[in-house]
Parts: sequence; C-alpha cells; structure tokens
Amino acid sequence: MEYTILILLLPAIMFIFLGLAGHKLKPKIAGIFGTISLGIVTLLSLITAWEYFTSPRVNGVFEKIIPFNIEWLRLGEFLHIDIGILLDPISVMMLVVISLVSFMVHLYSMGYMHGEKGFQRYYAFLSLFTFSMLGLVVATNIFQTYIFWELVGVSSYLLIGFYYTKPSAIAASKKAFIVTRFADLGFLIGILVLSFYGQTFGFIDLMGGNSDLALQGAAQKSFLGIGVLSWALGLMFIGAAGKSAMFPLHIWLPDAMEGPTPVSALIHAATMVVAGVYLVARMFPLYIVYAPGVLEIIACVGAFTALFAAIIACVQTDIKRVLAFSTISQIGFMMVALGVSTSMDAHGGLGYMASMFHLFTHAMFKALLFLGAGSIIHAVHSNEMKDMGGLRKHMPITHITFLIACLAIAGIPPFSGFFSKDEILAAAFKFSPMMGWVMTVIAGITAFYMFRLYYNIFWAKEAKHEHKPHESGFSMTIPLMVLALITCVAGFIPFGHFITANGLVYDIHLETSVALLSVGVAIISILIATIFYRKETQPIPEMLASKFRFIHKSAYKRFYIDEVYQFITHKVIFACISTPIAWFDRHIVDGFMNLMATATQKLSYLIRNFQSGRVQQYAYVFLLGIVVIVGLILLIL
Amino acid sequence: MNILLFFVIIPILMIFFLWISKNRNQIRGIMVAGSSLLLILAGILTYLYLTQRAAGDTAEMLFRSDYSWYSSLNIKLSLGVDGISVAMLILSSIIVFTGTFASWQLENQTKEFFLWFCLLSLGVFGFFITIDLFTMFMFYEIALIPMYLLIGVWGSGKKEYAAMKLTLMLMGASAILIAGILGIYFASGATSMNILEIAKAGNIPHDAQLIFFPMTFLGFGVLGALFPFHTWSPDGHASAPTAVSMLHAGVLMKLGGYGCFRVAMYLMPQAANELGWIFLILTSISVIYGAFSAIVQTDLKYINAYSSVSHCGLVLFAILMMNQTAATGAVLQMLSHGLMTALFFALIGMIYGRTHTRDIRELSGLMKIMPFLSVCYVIAGLANLGLPGFSGFVAEMTIFVGSFQHTDIFHRVITIIATTSIVITAVYILRLIGRSFYGEVKNPEHLKLTDATWDERLSAIVLIIAIVALGVAPLWMNNMIGDSVLPIVKALVIK
Repeated sequence: MEYTILILLLPAIMFIFLGLAGHKLKPKIAGIFGTISLGIVTLLSLITAWEYFTSPRVNGVFEKIIPFNIEWLRLGEFLHIDIGILLDPISVMMLVVISLVSFMVHLYSMGYMHGEKGFQRYYAFLSLFTFSMLGLVVATNIFQTYIFWELVGVSSYLLIGFYYTKPSAIAASKKAFIVTRFADLGFLIGILVLSFYGQTFGFIDLMGGNSDLALQGAAQKSFLGIGVLSWALGLMFIGAAGKSAMFPLHIWLPDAMEGPTPVSALIHAATMVVAGVYLVARMFPLYIVYAPGVLEIIACVGAFTALFAAIIACVQTDIKRVLAFSTISQIGFMMVALGVSTSMDAHGGLGYMASMFHLFTHAMFKALLFLGAGSIIHAVHSNEMKDMGGLRKHMPITHITFLIACLAIAGIPPFSGFFSKDEILAAAFKFSPMMGWVMTVIAGITAFYMFRLYYNIFWAKEAKHEHKPHESGFSMTIPLMVLALITCVAGFIPFGHFITANGLVYDIHLETSVALLSVGVAIISILIATIFYRKETQPIPEMLASKFRFIHKSAYKRFYIDEVYQFITHKVIFACISTPIAWFDRHIVDGFMNLMATATQKLSYLIRNFQSGRVQQYAYVFLLGIVVIVGLILLIL
Repeated sequence: MNILLFFVIIPILMIFFLWISKNRNQIRGIMVAGSSLLLILAGILTYLYLTQRAAGDTAEMLFRSDYSWYSSLNIKLSLGVDGISVAMLILSSIIVFTGTFASWQLENQTKEFFLWFCLLSLGVFGFFITIDLFTMFMFYEIALIPMYLLIGVWGSGKKEYAAMKLTLMLMGASAILIAGILGIYFASGATSMNILEIAKAGNIPHDAQLIFFPMTFLGFGVLGALFPFHTWSPDGHASAPTAVSMLHAGVLMKLGGYGCFRVAMYLMPQAANELGWIFLILTSISVIYGAFSAIVQTDLKYINAYSSVSHCGLVLFAILMMNQTAATGAVLQMLSHGLMTALFFALIGMIYGRTHTRDIRELSGLMKIMPFLSVCYVIAGLANLGLPGFSGFVAEMTIFVGSFQHTDIFHRVITIIATTSIVITAVYILRLIGRSFYGEVKNPEHLKLTDATWDERLSAIVLIIAIVALGVAPLWMNNMIGDSVLPIVKALVIK
C-alpha cells in the first residue's frame, strides 16, 4: 500500500506550490488546484480504507501495516525519530474523516471565500493543515505525532488569524496558539518521561513490543508519590486536553471562531480538536495497563467539560459560539467514553469503540452544522441570532440539512448521532450509574440548545434584511447535501466490526433501556425548545433570563474563565514576573557592571594626580622620600 | 597546501583588495566575490570531510597540519577540523555572505566598514580552523577588536556607550580566559598548546582543574551570554549596524559555546563533572530569565537580544549535560540560533532602514506595507519558537531529549524547567508579530514605504533556505556532529 505516501505528499506539495507561486495565479485557479488535489487525496484515502478493511485478519484482528518509514533524526543509541505511515483501524478511519471533511471544506470555500483578499493564501494554509493533520494520524511514533501536532497548531494559528487586520482575529489566533502551546509542554514532558523509561518512541514498540519489559519495570517507580508512568500519561493528557479544549484549557476554542467559517468547520469542529481524543485512543493500551487512575481523571474532566460547555451553549447568541461550545461538550462525551473504559475486551472496552464511533459521526454532523452556519452567515452577513429568524423559507437546502444535523446531535434515530451517543451512554452506565445519568442529562441539554439555535435561525421572528436572503450556490450546497447524506446513513455502519479496543469483531447491539431513555430525554428537550423558541415572541426564556439573571449572566460571560486567564497573564506573568525581571536585569545586573565601570573611572581620576607631570611636585615627593628613608636609617642605627 | 588555510587567506586577500579599491562598485564586487568564495569553500570542505569520513577515516580531526611559529612556547598554527568546526564554518560563511548583502545599501564610509568586517570574519574563521590554544585565543581577539570600531562608528543609538561596554566586558572575560589557557598549558606540563595533545595526555592535576575550569568556562561563557554576564549583549546588539549584529550574534557568540565545550570541558573533565552543576544552574537561569525579559521589551532588537540570551543559554545548558545527544543538540542549537538570529537582525535592519524606529508600539500593520519582509519575519518568529520544519525544533528537541536521558534526577528536573522556555518564547514572539506586523497601519507615514529590494531578498531567502533545510532534513548534520562530539563526551566520563 505504498501509494498511501501520496496522501501525505499531495497536500504538502500543494502547500509549497500555492505558498510560493499562489499569488501569481488567479484566485479561482489556485482554489481549483487545491480542491482537485484534495479530491485525489480523498479518493486515495477511501481506496486505502477499502483495501485495509477488506484485507484478511490475522488472529481475528487487522494487522498494523507500516508501508513507509524513514529515520529522520537520531537521538542516542535507541531513540530515533522516524517519519512514517502506520495503518491501523483508527488511523485509517481518521484518514477518511479528515480527507473527506477537508475536501468538502475545500469545495465549499470556493463559494464562501469567493472574492476574499488572500484567497490563494487561504488555500495554501488549508493544504498545510490537511497535510499536518494527516501526518498526525498516521504517525508511527509518539514524536512524529508531536511534530505534526505542532504543525496543526500553527496552521490553526494562521487560519484563525486569516483576517490579519482584524484585532479580534489577531488576539484569538495568539490565544489559541499560546494556550495549546502551554498544553503541548505537558505533552512534550510526557514524551520525555515515557521515552526515558521505555527507550523508544515507536507506538508498536511501546505497546507490546520490546520496551514492554522496560515499562513494566518503570511501573514500580514513582515520583512525588505518583507512578512515573502515570505522570507521563497524565502529562500527555494535558496536551490532549489543550488541543481538544477540555476545561480549563478550553478558552481558546470559542475565540477561534474569528477565523473563516469553513475553517471552523474543518479545524475547530471536525478534525484538529479531536486530535486530543485520538491521542488518548492511540495510547489507550498504555493507559489501561499503567495508568487506570488517569483514565478516571479523563472521564471526570470530560464529563465536567461536557456539562459546563452545554450550559454555556444554552445562552450564547452568536451562532458560531453556540456551535463552538457544543463542540467542546461533544468532545467531552468522547473523552468520557475513553475514560470509562476499564479493560481491552469487548465489554470493558466498549467506551473506546463508542468514542471512536462518536468521533466519526460527530465530525460529519458538526462539519455540516458549521458549513450550514456559514451558509446562513453568508446570506445575512451576521453571526448574531437576532439578525436571523424565519430563514426556512429563503434557504430550503440549508434548512433541511441543518435540521438533519440537529436531529443527529440531539440523538434522534435513525440519524448517526443517536447510535454513537447511545454507545457512550451505555458505556457510562456500565462504569457507574451516576456517570450514566449525568451524561444523559447533558445529552438532554444538548438537544435543547441545538433546537434553540435551530428555531431562532429558521423560525421565530424574521429580522429585517437589507437584501432578501437567498440560498447559497452549488459549491456550498453540494457539501451540505453530501454531509447530510452521510449523517443519515453513518449510524448503520457496523462500527464494531472495524474498530474495537482489542481489535476483535464486536456486534453493536442497542441497549433498549438506554436507547429509550436517551431518546425520551431528547424528545422532551426538543419539545421544551419548541415551546420556548418557535414562536415570534419568546416570553418564557426572557422571563427565565430575568428571574435567574445572575446565572444567566455568568453563563453568558462563560463563567468568567477568560477573565481569570486575563488576570494571570497580565497581572501575574507580565506585571509580577516579566517586568521585575527586566527591571532587575537593567538596574541590578547591568547596574553592577556600570558601577564597576564607574568605580574604575573614579579611581583612575583619583590616582591620576600622582602622574601630574609637574617637576616641582615630583621634586617635593622625591625630597620627602629621601627624608623618610634617611630618617628610617637613622632610627635603625 | 591545507584547504583550511584558504579560510584565512581569502579574508586577508579581501582586506588587501578593499584597501586598494577605488569606488563603491569595486568594494561590492570584492565583497561578493570573497564571500561567495568562502561559501563555496565551506561547501567543498563539507563534501571532502564527509567523503573522508565515509571512506573510514576515524581520526578525531581531519585536514591536520602544523606550522610552528613560536617554538619556545610551543605555539603552532595547528589546523584541523571535526564535524563541530565544519558546522561552524558553514554557519560563518553563510552569515558573512548574507551579511554582505544585508549591508548592500550602506553609504557611510563603506570601504572602512567592509575592511573591519573582513577582519572580524578573519578572526571568526581562524578560530574555528585552529586547535592550538594560543592561536585560537589570538583569532578570538582579532574578532573582538573590530567590534568596537564597527559599533562605535557605524552603530546607532547609544553607540559609544554600547561599544565601550561590549568591548570592556568581553575583554575582561578574555583576560580571565588567557589566564585559564596559560594555566592549562603549564599545568599539563608546558609541552604543547595543541588541544588534542593536552586532552590525550590528560595530566592536568585535579587541583589545577578546579581553578582553571571555572576561569576558562567563564571566559568563554561571557561571550556565550552566560547569566549574569550577558548585559553587553542587549546594548551591543541594539547599537550595532545590521551586518555586525548578524555576525556577532550569529557567529561570535557561538565561539563561547564552542570554546566552553572544546577547551574548558574537554581538557578538564574532572572539574567539569564536579563544578558543572554551578554553571548548569546559571545557564538554566539564562534560559528562563532571558525569555521572561524578552516579553516586556519594546525594541525589536532588545527582544531578539534577550531571546538570544535564552537560546544561547540552552547551548551551554546542553553541553553541561555531558552526553552525546545533548552535546549534538548544543551544536545544532548554535547553528540554528546563528541562522535564525542573523535572519532576525537582517530583517530588523531592513525594517529600521525604512521606518526609522524599532519600537513595536510605533510599528503596526507592516504586513500590508511590506509583505515580503513581514512574511520573512513571521517565518523567523515561527522558527524561533521552535516550530517543526525549522532548525530550532530539531536543535531544541535534541537538547531536551538528550538532557532528559541523564541518569541523575537533578538534571532531569532542571531539563523540565528549561523546557518551559518554549511557551514563554511563543508569548513574546506572537505578541510582537501581532502588534507590529498584523493589524491596520496606524502611522500614515508608513504607507509610503516600499518592500524589500533584491539584495535584501537574497539575504533573507538564503538564510530561510538554510533554516528550512536544517529543519526538514537534519539527519546528515546530526550524524556528522554526533560522531564528532563523541570523543569529547567520552573524555567527560570519569572512570
């Protein structure tokens, strides 16, 4: 399967080509180049998936294939960083997800970004992102993951700051980069610790390979009372939490919506933000064996984030922000699913499978939601809900596809979200009833805020528009329809046949009680949303908002987490660390040097008088000297 | 004739021809010809070096030859290079080449400027090709003196103060250094000044090592911006003219790390093992402290100078880890920092030449006015904060992984502390890029400014190509350096 190298190479070449020569091309030509190359990549990914999943199983599991691997950097006797391609069920699935969504976004952007300044640059960055993200998922070793992890971070930075003259976009891109960079520090230290004990970076070696013994030995060691491997895997989770916007490192994601909407769909909804989930899934065998405690932390962080973000999503008025918080909440679901797994077998590892399944379905319907939102924003030239309303008459395709996505995320059968969420809830109930109920409630809140969004956009009171809103062009509606189609059918994919924790086939069977419960909760939530928001006037939400003003305001202000960060960076790091250090450097360290220089100068002024050049003075000193010496001689005699 | 000699002959010829040159075109012609020759020579040397190594020549130094020039003190011009020096020679020739183009527009006393510039590069090249302690020191001094004039005459801002400060501090350090070198010479039996021979004999008494190791390390360390003797760097770099900043931060500061490693640690391994921790603490302070100081600076050159303190601190930090990977990382970091900081100073010079300010509060929206320079600056910034695909990442990761392989927990913890610098670096780089390059143009005067000219483009592009090449395909360089640090690292293992 050597052709898989093309999947990486094509976007890389396209980035270099568009980056260097893009400004000489016509915008449209640049866009077509980018889109066609991504089309080929998508095709290749689908062929890879087909070939991989139809290949014969060995001992009931799909073999891990490394079709390409080169040594990139040697770091000592055993450690070396390779760049290669590892095909296993999850990486192949990710290849399909990324290239498909990226292709849709490329196509969609032809219409959405039409006439924007820097159109070629936009496509160059999209290619860079696609290359980095694909490189991340096919990594053969943890350091390759880290390399591409940083590259997706910078692509995200460049794309959030695409409108580089807009102050809010600059601030958002900076924030996204620095927050994730901070988290990446955890990831890096985690890698350092793990490679110190395992003496390898390779995934295959780390999991069941030669270094297994080394790791078993290290499992006995501890640092500050916590096992060293728990440290390593816990620190790695910090990196994952940063990229996947888990509380309290989530603050960059809502601001990242400053980027163009297709970028939000691709990077900040479907692919990059799930990289954290992917990382934990990649290292899952290690977590299960060496750090079950960390998995519990992951479950708790995931559940809290899911709840927290869902509450905030209920009161936001900017549609992209609602979707951003919904993304955070859904990634929380995936993290919970991984966290509640207790073993590698079919039952304990149900969460692993559910998480990957949800990652897949979520990527599709969330990309659909964002692209739909882009279509709406394109039509009404605003992100605010109050400028929308009643759009169902003007934009039928956007309306239907958006509704499908809303039903999917709310968990209504037969749409894809229902199936994957149901597996997550089943896994959560198996872990503990408490976790199961919490997640069910969050699922209910999800259905509520999504339909609040839906009604406010497509029903409710029609805002006054300068131009009558109209449906977007084909390049934008085709991706919507394709993604909607996938959302309708993806739930019926026998996912357990392809991806499970131990690789063996597992037949997904719906747990009737869980399914009934979750659908019931979802329907009730949708009904409440219907009562609240469908009408032109919305008395009940307004009444509730004024009655619980404090809660409403704090949720609207995102519980002031951003202000806390603002305080830490500006008041603590800038004012209490950096400024004093800079002052200390200029006045104490440098002052000491200047003091020495000044003292030398003063001293030389002082002794300069000894060499005045006046003969009279010398004669006096000479005479004095003789007197003293003669006196001394006389005394001694 | 030894190929290495050309590295000093060419600058001498350049000086000679500059002396007799008549007009600006001749000067430019001589500079371009000379610096291109040096660049080609470095390429040829690398090729020859690699083929000799591939042919199985395992001698510690290749291209050896000795010319005795003061036999009563055993002072010889001993030539010889290993992978470390080859890497440094490549770096120096790239910087001299790009520095020439970065000062293409210079109008004030061009001839004298380039004369001193050539003398400076003569010192630098001479330092890297010799392995005789005294000759090394002599070349080091040759590189130092022109600095004073170059900053004092062609500089900007508080140039006299800065020139004086830089020269005095570095001279002070070299006073300590010469004492250290003489100490090494006499303690090892006063038979040779050759580093290889002294190392082979390994007979410097323990007590003498304890005295002369700190002296030598400090003497070189000041040049490598070791805390708390780094304060010459911000003032000096801020006042120096573009090409001099490039050469100074890009190459001259590397003499520090190179000397610490090759002289102080190689020759006095026992003391290095015993006293290393003191310097390790100082260097980790450099790394973090430099980065934090950079956050609140407002002058582009000061930001870069403090960033250099932080990055050069990492060089000394890594060599003190005393293992092969970390030491390789240190050399890679010298190379990478040299290229990046030269690019920064070149770009800052170009921007300053247009806007006449380096204050980031007065610069805004440069991306709109001068897209080429701004894109280059963003690339330099991303390279500086250690993005994969650029040389900085390769160097830093080699250092961090190597340092963390140390068996001692103190060294591992201090490595973790040093890694935090990658976050702080991101803060100051992105802050300055966001403020000065993005956004709307606030100063209407700036709208009239033009983008880079061909000579400026050439200078920036060459540096970027070098940075990317090292960042994308680091393996050959890594192997070349890795083999060469091995003898030194082995000497540091105390039996």
